[in-house]
Amino acid sequence: MEKKSLKGWLYLLPAILFLGFFMVYPLIDVFVYSFEENYNFASQTYSGMGSYNYSYVLRDPYFLQAVRNTFLLVVITVPLSTGLALLISVALSSIRPLKQLFQTVFFLPYVTNTLAVGLVFMILFKRTAYTDGFVNLLLSWFGAGPVDFIDGPYAAKLFVLCLYTIWVVMPFKILILTSALASVNQTYYNAARIDGTSRTRIFFRITLPMISPTLVYLIITGFIGAFKAYSDAVALFGTNLNAAGMNTIVGYVYDMLYGSSGGYPSYASAAAILLFAIVLTITCINLLVSRKHVHYFS
Amino acid sequence: MQSETTHKKTGKNGGRILRVLTYMLLAFWGLVVLFPFYWMVLTSIKSYGAYNSEYVPKLYTLSPTLQNYADAFTAVPLARYFANTVFFTAATTALMLAVTVLAAYAFARLNFRGKNFLFVLFLSLMMIPNELVVITNYVTITNLDLRNTFSGLILPSVTSVFYIYLLKENFEQVPDQLYYAAKVDGTSDLKYLIKVMLPLCRPTIVTITILKAIECWNSYVWPRLATDDPQYYLVSNGIQSIRENGFGRENIPAMMAAVVVISLPLIVLFLFFRKMIMAGVSRGGTKG
Amino acid sequence: MKVTLQNLTKKFPGRGRKSREEVIAVNDFNLEIPDGKLIGLLGPSGCGKSTALNLLCGLLKPTNGRIFFGDDDVTDLEPEKREVGMVFQNYALYPHLTVMQNILFPLQNLKGADRLSKEEMQKRAFDVARLVQIDGLMDRRPGELSGGQQQRVAIARALVKMPRILLMDEPLSNLDARLRLQTREEIRRIQKETKITTVFVTHDQEEAMSISDEIVVMKDGVIQQAGKPQEVYDDPKNLFVARFLGNPPINLFQGTVKSGRLYLADAPVLDTSGIPDQEVTVGIRPEGFSLSKDGHFVCGLDRVEVMGRDVSVIFRHSASREPAARAIISAESQTDLTSSEVRFDLKPGKVFLFHNETEERIG
Repeated sequence: MEKKSLKGWLYLLPAILFLGFFMVYPLIDVFVYSFEENYNFASQTYSGMGSYNYSYVLRDPYFLQAVRNTFLLVVITVPLSTGLALLISVALSSIRPLKQLFQTVFFLPYVTNTLAVGLVFMILFKRTAYTDGFVNLLLSWFGAGPVDFIDGPYAAKLFVLCLYTIWVVMPFKILILTSALASVNQTYYNAARIDGTSRTRIFFRITLPMISPTLVYLIITGFIGAFKAYSDAVALFGTNLNAAGMNTIVGYVYDMLYGSSGGYPSYASAAAILLFAIVLTITCINLLVSRKHVHYFS
Repeated sequence: MQSETTHKKTGKNGGRILRVLTYMLLAFWGLVVLFPFYWMVLTSIKSYGAYNSEYVPKLYTLSPTLQNYADAFTAVPLARYFANTVFFTAATTALMLAVTVLAAYAFARLNFRGKNFLFVLFLSLMMIPNELVVITNYVTITNLDLRNTFSGLILPSVTSVFYIYLLKENFEQVPDQLYYAAKVDGTSDLKYLIKVMLPLCRPTIVTITILKAIECWNSYVWPRLATDDPQYYLVSNGIQSIRENGFGRENIPAMMAAVVVISLPLIVLFLFFRKMIMAGVSRGGTKG
Repeated sequence: MKVTLQNLTKKFPGRGRKSREEVIAVNDFNLEIPDGKLIGLLGPSGCGKSTALNLLCGLLKPTNGRIFFGDDDVTDLEPEKREVGMVFQNYALYPHLTVMQNILFPLQNLKGADRLSKEEMQKRAFDVARLVQIDGLMDRRPGELSGGQQQRVAIARALVKMPRILLMDEPLSNLDARLRLQTREEIRRIQKETKITTVFVTHDQEEAMSISDEIVVMKDGVIQQAGKPQEVYDDPKNLFVARFLGNPPINLFQGTVKSGRLYLADAPVLDTSGIPDQEVTVGIRPEGFSLSKDGHFVCGLDRVEVMGRDVSVIFRHSASREPAARAIISAESQTDLTSSEVRFDLKPGKVFLFHNETEERIG
């Protein structure tokens, strides 16, 4: 190889080593694992190749529970957080005094530790022998409750999980939408005003189409992110998510790999690949749907 | 003039009511965002006894104490978690920068056989979710006996294909003439990269540094897999173990003190570099 | 629709960190725009012409003064109630809507009794599209059109609601030179056909002069002069107007008036009656020179540029404010232009005298 070529590869060597060792090889390996039956972590032996791992995972009630939780979380939080973020961004872009302050405050959750603040949420919602907690105090003002949101009924737990997830993902969505709104040329609004266009019509006929590519981007990344939910659930319900009945697919993967029920990389691999397949399918559907409804312009 | 035109929307009553509703919505969300922070600080300065005697939680305290902070640092090795995290964040970010800068430069500036093919390969790696590769990495690190070592923590966390892509795009905006001029003057590639490219692309460098640092500081999944010895816990794992094992007894004020201590560095960083961080995130960040 | 501006003033709060002084963008405008005319608001950038236009359409509210459309006082009306059509500098066509949808947009905003039936809207849209000759492009998106076509769509969208007045902000500045010539004829034709009172803003004096019924020359928020293009050109009120109009620009000299005579560097060049003796600034249009063997205005010949019909004579003179001055003479004038000296007679109507300090016209 000539000298110049060598130099290029030399510069890339660290990246290739890191990526090869910690990404490409694992990627291939995870497929191999997922087909190795009765893999034993300690002795690193297996009995044969086959699809048993998949059928085991698909029959595992914990996995089905995790799939159910994850789907509910996705279906509830993605539309709600995107809609709320849109509302807040529109509100933000329509004001001038205090705008920067609000923007700064709204961004705070992005730079906080999910585990740490999750603990605060847990305390706010948790009901113990000593106290009903702050949220139950609020509920009691309206004559409702008390409900144990952390160890209580499924709906209550799901509610907290969704709420915390939304709280965590909002900063990114607000930030992206606010800058998309700001990039819409002011002249369009001036032109619409002179033509006597009503606010709602301006919003639905001009603003929304103009920012639709951004919305689609947010919805797709939102779906992907929500499908990978895990640390939020750990923060609220502890590491033993199966016991709490609040596990997610990613949580199931890690539990299979490690922890009290762990030591089964083959099951973990099968579950991870199933998750990947689900996310890929949903993303493709998203792209197909959006293609029909989104306006891209140069 | 533009700003003025936007503001005098259809005046009189309709406009005013809408304005009030707008601010109410924003204030409401501001409250939702800030309240957990308030609650964590408030609880952290309530005494253990006072907190546990409040069956109905109080929204303020008249006898603040710093005892919980002392407890947080003495009862659990919080300082150690902290130091671990700082070291982990600094080392991972530095390594990432070195790897990323070299790779981005090679893609942007150098010519070699197989470059385009390799770049497409890199790009396709961007779509691979971390969850898929973490399993084998866990096995690899275990087999190499790297669990509960910093190498085991750091090495798999270094790579970020997206940052290579981001930096490469930025490098390519530096005019070719500068490179040729430097070549004519006999500048080596490495010197050109360090003396010309890096200063010119500083904003992007800063952006990816900050994003990576935030990611490292908050990372939980990999450190949990790679360590089970509290000697090597990062803050996220530390907080989780405090939660599960507590301070011998369930001491929520002390727990909140630990949460405050852990959250503070990033919040301070954010308040100092607000513009830079927000611009960086809108250019290349996702929460995940 | 006649438009009247009375003492119209617009002040903006100061933006600079140091100078908190307010900026007066439009200062005490008084102007009457006759019905059915095409008016060019003309001035250098930053002179307040765009602000004036935004006051007219209602996007900005004046600090002082009133605006009348006919006899209606529209000063406090919101833009949508003023029934104006506006063509924006970058056209502001909605990129996600087709040409048809863009033109229909203003009509679909109408509510209640004003709302037209669907067929009527379509008919109106097609009528106006035919007027601006884009009826073949109705299904395209703005991104698929040339600059000139987009311009026409913008005009059609402004006209479709039959506005009382039509406003255009630098309508030609985004077009290339050739298209600009063509489009300005087009605007003239459309305005003639619709007879809508039209105000357009431009910094290009040639553009304004060529199509306007009247031009209004502005500087620093103040109207310098208003009138028919030729009148303003032939009879500028001050040095600014004289310099701003005309291409090639007017030649400036330092002169002296002494007992009814204008002297340029001690040479008497023109009789001037009724002007007291003083130092003056002299402006001479390039076409104000005629070659003459025994002319009094003796200059050093620099070079000659032949432009076909005309000939440009570039010359030097010690009284000239610029290193070289330019005269345009007919190519037929038979004079030897090879010598190092050239002699002119001056045409009295093309020579303007201005006060040295106030820069007001004195003769």
